Amino acid sequence: MMYNNEHFEPVITPNVDKPGCDTLDFYLKNEDGYKGLEKALKMKPAEVVDEVKKSNLRGRGGAGFPTGMKWSFMPANPVDKDGNPKPKYLVCNADEGEPGTFKDRLIFTKTPHRMIEGMIIAGHAIGSNKGFIYIRGEWFKETRLMQKAIDDAKKAGFLGKNILGSGFDYELIIYRGAGAYICGEETALLNSLEGKRGEPRLKPPFPAQVGAYGMPSCVNNVETFAAVPYILLKGWEKYAKMGTERSGGTRLLGVSGRVNKPGVYELPMNLSINDVIELAGGVKDGKKLKAVIPGGASAPMLRADECGVLTDYDSLAKAGTMAGSGGIIVIDETVSIVEAAYTLLKFYEHESCGQCSQCREGSHWLARMFKRILDGGGTQDDLDYIAKICGNMAGQTICAFADAVTGPALSSVKKFRHEFEELIRNGGIDKTRAHTHSHINEGAHV
Amino acid sequence: MALSEQIKKTINGIRSHFPTEQALLLPLLHEIQNEQGWVSMDSMRSAGEFLNLPLSKVREVASFYTMYKLEEQGKVDVQICTNISCWLQGAEKLMACAEKKLGIKSGETTADGKFTLSHVECLAACGTAPAMMINEDYYENLTETELNKIIDMAQTDLSAGKVVGKSTRTEGVWP
Repeated sequence: MMYNNEHFEPVITPNVDKPGCDTLDFYLKNEDGYKGLEKALKMKPAEVVDEVKKSNLRGRGGAGFPTGMKWSFMPANPVDKDGNPKPKYLVCNADEGEPGTFKDRLIFTKTPHRMIEGMIIAGHAIGSNKGFIYIRGEWFKETRLMQKAIDDAKKAGFLGKNILGSGFDYELIIYRGAGAYICGEETALLNSLEGKRGEPRLKPPFPAQVGAYGMPSCVNNVETFAAVPYILLKGWEKYAKMGTERSGGTRLLGVSGRVNKPGVYELPMNLSINDVIELAGGVKDGKKLKAVIPGGASAPMLRADECGVLTDYDSLAKAGTMAGSGGIIVIDETVSIVEAAYTLLKFYEHESCGQCSQCREGSHWLARMFKRILDGGGTQDDLDYIAKICGNMAGQTICAFADAVTGPALSSVKKFRHEFEELIRNGGIDKTRAHTHSHINEGAHV
Repeated sequence: MALSEQIKKTINGIRSHFPTEQALLLPLLHEIQNEQGWVSMDSMRSAGEFLNLPLSKVREVASFYTMYKLEEQGKVDVQICTNISCWLQGAEKLMACAEKKLGIKSGETTADGKFTLSHVECLAACGTAPAMMINEDYYENLTETELNKIIDMAQTDLSAGKVVGKSTRTEGVWP
């Protein structure tokens, strides 16, 4: 397989196809397990932060914020108003639920120790002695696997008191979510972790000042943590070199939808969307590509002719979309874009937390308008109205959820306006389909 | 309904992990859901008493999260994902197939109280779409034939748990 990248090697998934790869034994024997931690514990916390900063690791949850910088925002010795030291918390965001994203589940089931090791290193770096892993509630099996991995790590002395004789103590606590997409947003996650409704918080204060239980906290994604042991063990230069100038390392891309070999691929970032689709076996049934959602459901769609764009954060941002959570959803010529966008809007309508009226009402209106167009009651004015609603949502709310809703809504209308107009003209999707079929049947060549 | 001793024991066992009492609310509601199959108003009242929280706080949390069922459910909870990746792989057909097989619509429970059928939002199993969940287990790469078979099995084996679907692994690719 040609990756066009001499520096590339898999960081997270080199052995995920081997039997027993999820066990501590395997991790220790075959993957230099916990050697990165050993090295990190001999370094000063600030040196570890520096190493991660220089590696150009960026948050893999969706926003792509530089990880080392996020860690450096954590106060060194926070105290409360009486001058007593405050605890600091590290939180792992394992509330994977962005449609099209399924990479963290792979890490949980195939290489959980890599993530645990990354968390302990991060704990040392930010001066925290306690980490919470917030796992989506539907992952019963995955939660059990992760708890077993934590227990095994503890027995082996990688968690608990005085880890590897360094004097550093660390414990990891699992917390289960209960089925709310919004809890993937970091401040909603913090509220949920406190046993409250998962409603995002106004920022500032940022989690580094007031996070979980009012204490300074740092939230990172599963894949972000899983990349950390490699950076410590092999050095920041090796990791940084694999990526682009402003974004180091590899990415886990989840390819789903109409492709022959859907799945998680660990790839360097100098490949285009088209390359990734080719690696995933190409479009299913030999059909033509119509559109791609390149970074989970919230990323604006790309037309087939735009899929030469590279998959790194900056290239995708320049193309008017985003790298997001690495979920690449492939849509072929047989799919109605209006219907695909409606599928997503129904989801957003269901998952809006309801705090901000623009988002609560807007996501509902958008879903209803798309449905109306599909059912044959749409008008040409609706298309302008969709853009107007989106304009009142994006950037107007507490969190980025409203912006996410406008991703599929705006991009579908902007890039596939003719499909909407066709439905409006023909009186809905059923009539349009019947029309297309009779057209084919009338064709002389049939 | 008063909380069982088992539930109290479980929650007391994890109390020291968290700095606040309210942090125990989600775990407690999970325990109630697991033991009773749903979260009744009585259970919420008991939960509030146990954690020293007003009932209104318990209710506002319980009603926010979809995994806490505020009405009685069937013993077999069939949840089919119809979000984008599953939809692209024919999830709507699967849903229609399940509705026909069970004789109910999504959101309903069978008359004998055995099955509840519902839509579920993305399960993060997009690479092995279409996917569904029955009670605690995922079923992936589903076909209509397999769906029918799984539902038949669940008639007698409420624990489900056996993977009937195809291997979820494609050579060199991982779900």
